Amino acid sequence: MFPSILFTLFSVVLIGAALGVILARNPVHCALLLVLCFFNSALIWLMLDAEFLAIVLVLVYVGAVMVLFLFVVMMLDIDTERFRKELAGYWPLALAVAGFVVFAIINVIVVRNLGGADLKLAPALPAHYSNTRALGTVLFTQYAYPTQIAAVILLVASVAAIILTLRRRTGHKPQDIAAQVAVRAKDRVRIVKMASEKGP
Amino acid sequence: MITLTHVLALSGVLFAIAVAGLFLNRRNIIVLLMCIELMLLAVNFNFVAFSRFSGDLGGQIFVFFILTVAAAEAAIGLAILVVLFRERRSIDVEDLDTLQG
Repeated sequence: MFPSILFTLFSVVLIGAALGVILARNPVHCALLLVLCFFNSALIWLMLDAEFLAIVLVLVYVGAVMVLFLFVVMMLDIDTERFRKELAGYWPLALAVAGFVVFAIINVIVVRNLGGADLKLAPALPAHYSNTRALGTVLFTQYAYPTQIAAVILLVASVAAIILTLRRRTGHKPQDIAAQVAVRAKDRVRIVKMASEKGP
Repeated sequence: MITLTHVLALSGVLFAIAVAGLFLNRRNIIVLLMCIELMLLAVNFNFVAFSRFSGDLGGQIFVFFILTVAAAEAAIGLAILVVLFRERRSIDVEDLDTLQG
């Protein structure tokens, strides 16, 4: 009973926040409501015994990706009011497509009874079950090679993001560290031998 | 009790909301990226639910990789967005008509 109430509560907040994401006028509000979505999803994943992924969702998405989104939203000066007015006519199309998607999915899972009766109840987990340990065991044995590929993808993405946004301004004078280190005293100071002069 | 049907229905509704968001925010690239994140979240819900209810950890591993690729996608997408804004002073999709598409 209690898990059902919690699940309903988290689902309602999740759906409400998702609606807020697509309807909010201010992109900053969109980003913050998306953070709320991720938090509620993490809570529901906790109820589905996916503890590790729930924590990863909060750490990676809320902690890194959404902060990146907020940075960009606040950095760019966007006039969203103009977009809103021009897109008011798309309401019926959006509702029709969303209704069709919901209809199709509900049709598959309820009417066609996806998975049959054997998937209706979750199998009981053994005592002292650790989701993180189980996931790690599989990840670093059976999926060790895909894990390496994922790491390379992250490296390539971060290098690409840095190269894309690296700005080479004309007219400013950066330091040339190599030239500074390689400089010798004779390049900078000239010692002149001369006889001392008599005072008046 | 939470059943598989409940979670799948929730993820379906979430996905539909994200699809509607693509239409309603067709001009603003940054909200489009957020809608794509919502869609990926809905898909991840399916993976987690099936993983739990069929007792196979492979689904959760897949969610792990989806999160990795989504983080990479968000980083590159936002970098392109920043460069675009620097060039055009606008992130309106309608302004991107250089290729006459």
